[in-house]
Amino acid sequence: MHRETRLLMGMPITVAIVDDAPDALTGEVFAYFSAVDQRFSLYRDDSEITALNAGRITLAQASPDMREVLALADKTKRQTHGYFDIRRADDTLDPSGIVKGWAVRNAAAFMAAGGARHYFVDAGGDIQTSGKNADGADWVIGIRNPFNDQQIIKALALQGRAMATSGTYARGQHIYNPHQLGRPIDDIVSLSVIAADVLEADRFATAAFAMGLDGIGFVEAMPDLEGYVVDAQGIATQTSGFGAYVVS
Amino acid sequence: MKKIAHTGISVGTVTAITCTFLMGTAQAGFWSGLLNDPGQTQRRASAPLVLTAASTAYHDGNFLGPVESAYYGRVQVKANIKGGHLISVNVVQFPHDRPNSRRINHRALPMLQREVIKAQSTRVDIVSGATLTSRAYLRSLTSALGQASP
Repeated sequence: MHRETRLLMGMPITVAIVDDAPDALTGEVFAYFSAVDQRFSLYRDDSEITALNAGRITLAQASPDMREVLALADKTKRQTHGYFDIRRADDTLDPSGIVKGWAVRNAAAFMAAGGARHYFVDAGGDIQTSGKNADGADWVIGIRNPFNDQQIIKALALQGRAMATSGTYARGQHIYNPHQLGRPIDDIVSLSVIAADVLEADRFATAAFAMGLDGIGFVEAMPDLEGYVVDAQGIATQTSGFGAYVVS
Repeated sequence: MKKIAHTGISVGTVTAITCTFLMGTAQAGFWSGLLNDPGQTQRRASAPLVLTAASTAYHDGNFLGPVESAYYGRVQVKANIKGGHLISVNVVQFPHDRPNSRRINHRALPMLQREVIKAQSTRVDIVSGATLTSRAYLRSLTSALGQASP
């Protein structure tokens, strides 16, 4: 199995291929993530999103990728009844809640098109798997203990589905809900969503995490999504169908 | 003890890169100030130390690290040195990794299964979790401590 991790987009991205895919495939996938960062990073003066936010280009002049991501953001806003919104208080756009899952989904499709059948792509915990691992068994995904990076608190077999975990490395008085300044976000520290593909998992993990303690109820109410949330007290709550994916 | 440990720990077949902060009593204050942390007592010092910030006394004062990009936001920390020791770290800027947030109204929820989280020993291929900002945090803090070093 070829497995490689690089630090891109400010996070570790891992690509693993079990079968004999072309050697160049992994490098092409990493090049793709670099290109995504170049286009969507809010922290690059030369990114397309920065140009769009600064008014240097119009939406009509934006790339097809940019327009696709912004359309996905609009769709997610509708599906979350307006509670997911990439428009910030200063009227600029921040699509980062969509971009990661979108990029992983595209990277996985790219690998499939390149001949890979047994592989996974993991960008900062947004995971798309395909086929089996090097032992011919199901890929097993662990949910990290948000209080202890050395532990996992759930082991899951996704059965061809994808997962994303939303959370914060550390929470506290420095993190606020931008829509209710001065009021800390509810005390959840980690929220994982299992969905049909990694884009779905990512955008709904994004939306549900922002809902705080209500987020797991939102996941429960959405067809085809399962979720697992950990609160600041170390208590986990899972949706009614989540147990079907649990290995331990 | 006053070290900043950047450790690699094997979890099953997965190597997780983590940051462990070992600052004697200052550590407890820092972490408990950020979150109620039942895992805190399980952070161990036994992992190999890859990065040690300094073993000698620092200059007293408050030292602001640079703003580091963590993709989802910017991280900046301030190291507070007193009596030559790192006594606390203030997070001056910290991102929420899911910035598009609005609250929804509380509503009636079905009864969902709850449990106290527990470490699992199953071998895993991949780990999902939120550690996006830890490297940016470490870079900013390391730089802040560099300013404080004699």
